[in-house]
This record gives sequence, structure tokens and C-alpha cells, in this order.
Amino acid sequence: MSVPQRRLDLKNGCVDLSHGAGGRAMGQLISGLFHEAFGNEWLARGNDQSAFDVPAGRMVMTTDGYVVSPLFFPGGNIGSLAVHGTVNDIAMAGAQPLYLSASFIIEEGFGLADLKRVADAMGEAARSAGIAIITGDTKVVERGKADGLFISTAGVGVLPEGLDLSADKARPGDRVLLSGSLGDHGVAIMSKRQNLAFDTEILSDSAALHELVAAMIAAGGQGIRLMRDPTRGGLAATMNEIAQQSRLGFRLEEEAIPVKPAVAAACELLGLDPLNVANEGKLVAVVAPDVAASVLAAMKAHPLGRDAAEIGEAVADDHRFVQMATSFGGGRIVDWLSGEQLPRIC
Amino acid sequence: MKYSDEFRDKEIATGLARAIRAKADPQRSYRFMEFCGGHTHAIARYGLEDMLPDNIRMIHGPGCPVCVLPAGRIDMAIQLAERPEIILCVYGDLMRVPGSRGASLLRAKARGADIRMVYSTLDAIRIAEDNPAREIVFFAIGFETTTPPTAIMIRLADKKGLTNFSVFCNHVLTPPAMRAILDSENPVEIDGFVGPAHVSTVIGTAPYEPFAEGDGKPVVIAGFEPLDMMQAILMLVDQVNDGRHEVENQYRRAVTRVGNQRAKADVADIFALRETFEWRGLGSIPHSGLKLSPAFARFDAELRFAMDEKIVADNPACECPAILRGLKKPVDCKLFGTACTPETPVGSCMVSSEGACAAHWTYGRFRDHQRRLAS
Repeated sequence: MSVPQRRLDLKNGCVDLSHGAGGRAMGQLISGLFHEAFGNEWLARGNDQSAFDVPAGRMVMTTDGYVVSPLFFPGGNIGSLAVHGTVNDIAMAGAQPLYLSASFIIEEGFGLADLKRVADAMGEAARSAGIAIITGDTKVVERGKADGLFISTAGVGVLPEGLDLSADKARPGDRVLLSGSLGDHGVAIMSKRQNLAFDTEILSDSAALHELVAAMIAAGGQGIRLMRDPTRGGLAATMNEIAQQSRLGFRLEEEAIPVKPAVAAACELLGLDPLNVANEGKLVAVVAPDVAASVLAAMKAHPLGRDAAEIGEAVADDHRFVQMATSFGGGRIVDWLSGEQLPRIC
Repeated sequence: MKYSDEFRDKEIATGLARAIRAKADPQRSYRFMEFCGGHTHAIARYGLEDMLPDNIRMIHGPGCPVCVLPAGRIDMAIQLAERPEIILCVYGDLMRVPGSRGASLLRAKARGADIRMVYSTLDAIRIAEDNPAREIVFFAIGFETTTPPTAIMIRLADKKGLTNFSVFCNHVLTPPAMRAILDSENPVEIDGFVGPAHVSTVIGTAPYEPFAEGDGKPVVIAGFEPLDMMQAILMLVDQVNDGRHEVENQYRRAVTRVGNQRAKADVADIFALRETFEWRGLGSIPHSGLKLSPAFARFDAELRFAMDEKIVADNPACECPAILRGLKKPVDCKLFGTACTPETPVGSCMVSSEGACAAHWTYGRFRDHQRRLAS
């Protein structure tokens, strides 16, 4: 016998503690909002887990938490970010992402309309990336115990036969390729921060990069040593990580690094270096010199790599310095950012 | 980017570098102090050292307000922030400045003190209006550049009749610090000063005239862009070569001889000179700091909360005092890059990106290894 239920008020309603209590209200939230948004055969079965076929070869698994503030920003929201970020972590191994899980920690009082916007954005991001969110969890915490909404996603993917991207494969003379302009995500977020708000046309670059990665692997094969997405800490942090792990130094050319004028201007105003600002739809690849041109051409042929550029090369250096020839003519180090430039960027 | 790319042009820079090289007399050396942290940062950020001949040495001066703030003032602020009724509003770069025994505002915040990072003095006013039951204290810091915004904030608080708002004033003055460097017991040899950019937009070029006329030191006021710096260095080389010692203004697009009269009037109205103020590295300098004038004393947090002045001895191994006076370089300090890094700053020069040690660590330390290899 079905029990009559109050419909979810997706316009004016809000999440209350009963939505996380394991009762009927929670079931209604899950089926009426999340399943609706993510719509796939696995969720439709209503189990606490999902079974899927395992393809041959090696699998990749990753997990990430999303606490971005504000939740909605130009070019995306916490939902699309929670899909793209985890997809990209899988893609940076050269892997094809397959499935995600999504876990929501929601603050009591959070508007259902906003939750629906977030869930719809996740569903849309997953569908256009060709993957599915096949299991999830919802918790509601008291008012003041979470800042609106936190999302955690985990993902699995599968690696093509024989591919093993790793920083220790980099060699002196390898080229550094960057897929596009730096700092768009960080500046888009900052432009909406309550105490900073400024007008800009810059949108977050949040995007799933696995198709760009597949095109690069098709062009460069084993010549691609490693890939990273320069998220928190920006290109500077990523290049220093690569330098440490590969035991090499790097020489970058500031003039070759694409930065949009509006991003450069916002950074100038806020006293930030675009090299330290977060990206959510860019990758940096270290590739063997003999495939650099063909990989770069493949990147430029893909919409997410249109502004790709060769920005430097690996050099033997016991100190593992990332150095840069400045566009002014002098040299400098590109160092890790010390401290927190801006909390909760993703 | 318009209005900044013009001042970072590589070709003009190369031309200026060539002119400096051609004019610098190989028979002598040139030691120029850039007073401001903004200049120190530009030198490091754009790699200007690579473009200057070896006989021109830039000495990084004490013009970074975070760097010269003594640990005792940080301790005082922490003590204030630990009071439950207080919200302390600070600029972000103060958060990691070391107080005594490893204390910092960042750590105090993690332990529960209500410390808010603000980008503008107006944010502090808004916080005061939004929290009428709390006491809002603004941690005011900076040279003559940031003093007028504090003055405007106090005037606004006065106009709005805010009774829960006060200022912990740490504003300091440039000319007395330059005087202290020149008059110190063991002064560094300085052949000329690159004078402040933003500070001079407020105070003008006239206050530097005694250093040129009385002390015989060439002064060139320069903007913070790298081309400004290169041109100023060329102008200093010219002055030294000609035996001139004048105040010249490279930053004519923003600086006049008299400065910003309106800002100066506001500052004179709202602030008064302290008898003396403690500077990290430079010690106590007479008439070098500001406090609230008697008419605005009700906004003075030191009076309102009966704050006691705290003097804290710096780590004896830290060479910041000598570095701030140009007597030593960051690499001369045993702590540099070992105990003292931007993540764990011991001395103040490592805290702000404008500090001599942090700028060298972050942008320039590869040159130390190059030099070691060369020798």
C-alpha cells in the first residue's frame, strides 16, 4: 500500500533534518531529486551499491571533496565542478573515466531549488562526459555545521593497454605543453566573493578533459610522459610537484604562457600571480621532444586545447628548480605558493 | 594589458639595460637602496638583477610595513583578538607575521579568536555595522600610502556614530626611517636611493630634499613597474657620475613635489606623531609612527582597551636587522632557507612577498647556486 506523500517543493522548499534521517523524506529527496537529475539504469535499481562490468586491463580510482565558495559561480557550480574535477583526476592518468559516486553533506535549511540546480548540473556534466553517477549518499547536518553544501565524488576509469604515465619518466629535453589560458577558474570565483566582488566576463574553465587526453595519447602515445591538471596552487604548484617527482628542473618562457587580458588585469588588481591561480579545465603535459609538435597539433585541434602552447622544457637540475625567463628579460624562480592564496576555490 | 604592458616592454628594457651598462663606470661600484618593498618585489619578480652589471648592487631597504612591524605589536594584537567581545579586522598579509614564541594571528584564529581578513577599510566599517554587539578593531598598518584610507575610515565611523569601532594604529613614516638608516652607528654605504612610488604620491618629493641636499645622497622617486626601476637606476648612475645629488622624479605620471594635499590634510587632522615607535630591525625611531590625534582618541584601540606596549626580543640568530639596513644579504643569514622559509618565517623579511628574504627565496635563490657553481 502506498503512503500519500507531500511532494518535494522544489521551488520554495528547503532541506531539513528529516531528509538525512533515513526515512521517507530522505527516500523522496533521493528519488525525486537526485535520481531525476542523474537518471541512469544503475540508480533506478535503488540499491545501496551498483555492480558494473569490469573491462580488461588496469583500472584507475580517485576521490575528491568539493567545498567551493560561492557554490554558484560564472561558468559552473559546485555540482559541475564535482564531476569535472574527479573526471580530470582519472583522465590525467591517461584513463577513460567510467563511473562516479557522489556523496552530499547538506546543511539544514539549504534550498531545494539550489540543490536541484546543483544536481542537474552534475547530471548534465556526467552525461556530456559520457559517464554515469551510479551510487551516492546524502547526509544532512544542523544549521551552522556546514556551509550550505559539500560534495565528495569518487571515480573509476580504465587505462588503455600499455599506458603508464608517471613523473619519473620525464627526461631532460622533454617539452612542457599547456592546454590553454591560466587562472580563469580562480578569477571567476574571486569575482563573486562577497568581500571582493568585481565585474568580469571571465567564466570558470571547469571542463572534463578526458577527450582532449585521448586525442593527445592518440597523437603522442608512449611519448607522453605525464599529465597533470593545475588546480589549487596553479601551474606553479603543478610544475614544482613534477620537478620534485621527476628529479628534474624546468625552464619556462613567460611569454609563451597564455593568460587572458581580463585575468591578467584581475590578478594585477588583487596582487596575485596567474601562475598561482587555480584552473579546473586545463592540463599540463610533459612529452618527449620528438612527439611535441604532433601532440600540440592534436591539442589545438580539440576545442578544449585551442589555445594550447609549448611553454618550456625539462632540464637536468639537482635543485629541481622551476625557472622562468620573464617576458621582461630577466630570470626568476616559479615557486610554490606559501600559505593560502584563497581558501575554498574548489 | 593596457596601462601596465607599456611599463614592462622587453625592448625598452633591453635598451635601458644597455644604457646602464654603457654608463656604469667599471672602475667603481654603485650601491643603491630601494626603500620600498614594492621595488624589492619588482626587482625579484622580473629578474632585474640579471639585467644589471655586476658593479651595480641593489640594497633592499626597510619599506615593507609588514617586515618592520615588531613582534611585540603582533603579540598585542593577538591578546586583543583573544578577547571574546572583539572582532579583529586585518589585511591578509599580517596573518602569518611571527609574534613571540611562534605565535601568529593565523594560529590565534585557528584557536578561536575572531579575526577577519579584509581587503579594504570599508569592509571593517561594514563588519562594525553588522555586529553592533561586538567591538570591532581594525589593525591599521602601513606607510603613508595606507594611512589616508585609515583616516577616511575613521572619519566615516565618526560620521556614522559608530561606538563599537576602533583602530590599532601601526602607521609609520618613511623619511624618519631613511634618516635612521643614514644616521645609524654602523651605516651601510649607500650611493643613492630609489625613492618610494605610492608613498610619494601622498607626501610628494619635497620630504626627500634633506637627504639630497644635507646628506649628499641622490634620490630618484620611481614607479613600481620594472621599466620605472630600470630608468630610475639609470638616472641614479647619471647623478653619481655627474657628482650631482638631487631629488629627481621618474614617477612623474603620479607624483608631484607637494603630493596629495587633501590626503595629507586628512592625515594631519586625524593622526598625531608618536614620540617614538619601535621598528623591527631598526629599533626605536623618534617621530616615526602615528597614533590617533586627541580629537579622535575615542577610536584608539590602545586607549579603549588599555593595551600595554610589549617589547619582544627578536631571535638572535635572525639577520633581519642587518638585512633591513642593507648590511647583509639574505644568504648571509644562517636561518635563510633552513629554519626560515616562507612557510615557517622566523624573521619578518621572510613573511611578506615584499620582504628581502622572501623575494630572494621565492624568485631569486637559483642565482646562489649559479654563483656557487661559478666559483
